[in-house]
Amino acid sequence: MSVATRPAPSGEPLARRGRSGGAARARYSSVGLPALGIVAALVVWWGAVALFQIRPIFLPSPLAVAQVFGEQGDYLAHTAWDTLYRLLIGFAIAAAFGLSVALLLSWSRPLERAVMPLFLALNAVPKVSLAPLLMVWLGFGPRFNIVMVVSISTLPVLVSTMAGLAATPSDLGELARSLTASWWQAYLKVRLPWALPHMFVGLKLAITLAVIGEAVAELQNPNSGLGSVVTLAGASFDTALAFAAIVVLSLLGVLLFYAVTLVERLLLPWARQIAG
Amino acid sequence: MIEISGVSRTFAGRHGAVEALRAIDLTVAAGEFLAVIGRSGCGKSTLLRLVAGLLPVSAGEVRVAGEPVRRPRRDIAMVFQRPALLPWRTVLDNVMLPVEVFRWRGAEHRERAHQLLDMVGLAGFERRLPHELSGGMQQRVALCRALIQRPKVMLMDEPFSALDALTREELAVQLQRVHMELATTIVFVTHSIQEAVLLGDRVAVLSPRPGRLRQVLRVDIPRPRSFGHNAHLKEVAACSAELHELLLEPAPALPPWPEPEIGMDVPLRRRPEGIPSGRP
Ligand SMILES: Nc1ncnc2c1ncn2[C@@H]1O[C@H](COP(=O)(O)OP(=O)(O)OP(=O)(O)O)[C@@H](O)[C@H]1O
Ligand SMILES: [Mg+2]
Repeated sequence: MSVATRPAPSGEPLARRGRSGGAARARYSSVGLPALGIVAALVVWWGAVALFQIRPIFLPSPLAVAQVFGEQGDYLAHTAWDTLYRLLIGFAIAAAFGLSVALLLSWSRPLERAVMPLFLALNAVPKVSLAPLLMVWLGFGPRFNIVMVVSISTLPVLVSTMAGLAATPSDLGELARSLTASWWQAYLKVRLPWALPHMFVGLKLAITLAVIGEAVAELQNPNSGLGSVVTLAGASFDTALAFAAIVVLSLLGVLLFYAVTLVERLLLPWARQIAG
Repeated sequence: MIEISGVSRTFAGRHGAVEALRAIDLTVAAGEFLAVIGRSGCGKSTLLRLVAGLLPVSAGEVRVAGEPVRRPRRDIAMVFQRPALLPWRTVLDNVMLPVEVFRWRGAEHRERAHQLLDMVGLAGFERRLPHELSGGMQQRVALCRALIQRPKVMLMDEPFSALDALTREELAVQLQRVHMELATTIVFVTHSIQEAVLLGDRVAVLSPRPGRLRQVLRVDIPRPRSFGHNAHLKEVAACSAELHELLLEPAPALPPWPEPEIGMDVPLRRRPEGIPSGRP
């Protein structure tokens, strides 16, 4: 440590004051402003419903939706649990599968060459369009929902982990070589850890898609879950209930995304530094 | 310690072959500090990578400690321009990386890792992650990582060039101390005349296109040298001036200036080879 790397003592309190002021402003803009936006949107929604006297079948007022939460909160929570449960099983399978295939492919260049184009082509298929086919193959059980989730969220994990395994910076590669590291040593000590932040990019995408996959499955196969509530409530013109189910579904998506982000922050505290 | 004899290296580029180095003859004694200086693109990095065994030579031979270099070796350590630390490893674990790769016994070398970190003024930072350190501190960690292999030869490719001027000087002085303490043979590539004169027992000047050895200059200034006022100003000035000239004036073996620049003139460029070079 030296004089050169340390700020002058007189500069320190000033710098600190600047930083805490910046933190308050950052909190305001990261929490305060979005909250303001949501409140404004609710007010506009409410105002529009009241002003144009829109019939509740087309668009219920925010108050009506809030009322549904009050009256049928337990039901919604219960249904959300069904959705969450299947979605997480699907996501876990997708993550494990995508990850292991990516690792396997990174061990064999010819294998990667052979199957990677296939996976990229599959990735381009709009998975939602598979729903009717899967239904024919798998019937109406929860298996259909889980396969739907797996099919939609596996490839992002696979593709981004592969990308991460190919993204080792050249200077780290050269370092491993100059240290006479074996292929396995370079793989385990450099290449694989470097791929982890990329893998999390895939996982975050996958959890978002898993919610979509599960919702699509439930819309198609309205036995249980929030998607089926939307389908059934829509059919019986209970628009407020459908809205409430959609709100819960969205909240689920947001919370799951932040959960994955949180796991990443805990496991890879260094990752944001190299990304920035 | 290092014998470079008749070494050439040609790259097969997209626009034909690029002759990066031609017929380099150079020996570095055990414990010597050789600075290598030259303009951008004259093959300094290529020379280091040939000595490190990271690149094969096109012609000639490199020997380190009597053994020809064909691939990277444990007794040759490399310090790159960027610190190349593993961002998920603590400072201590980064320094211990070579020990792990070599499958040496961890316990003994951990002690030494602490000593090395202490020597470069990083005691107390062992548990930090690289992103929590300044650029200068990161480069010092990279230096410790190279030193822990107890290399016979340490090759440094512009290790301080990404740092600000003050940190550079500080690190150069520190490297000099490390060298005086451990007597490792060091080849140190730099763009900076000041650094070359501070650090080098000798300074090898390369000239560009193709890279050749222009001259090797002995720096007879007693150590420890420093950038301050008490330095041997006259000798430093003389050395610096001479290096400056060597770097600026065109190499004698090159054709005079208004000469076609397109790469068709290879035979023309070869012609004046008989003119004596400035090499001693
Ligand atoms: N892998 C490569 N393929 C093709 N040409 C290369 C390769 N590496 C280096 N060269 C060429 O060889 C010459 C010398 O390159 P080198 O990197 O050794 O120069 P340098 O002296 O280290 O330059 P700098 O001071 O900018 O780092 C350059 O003309 C460069 O274009
Ligand atoms: Mg270079």
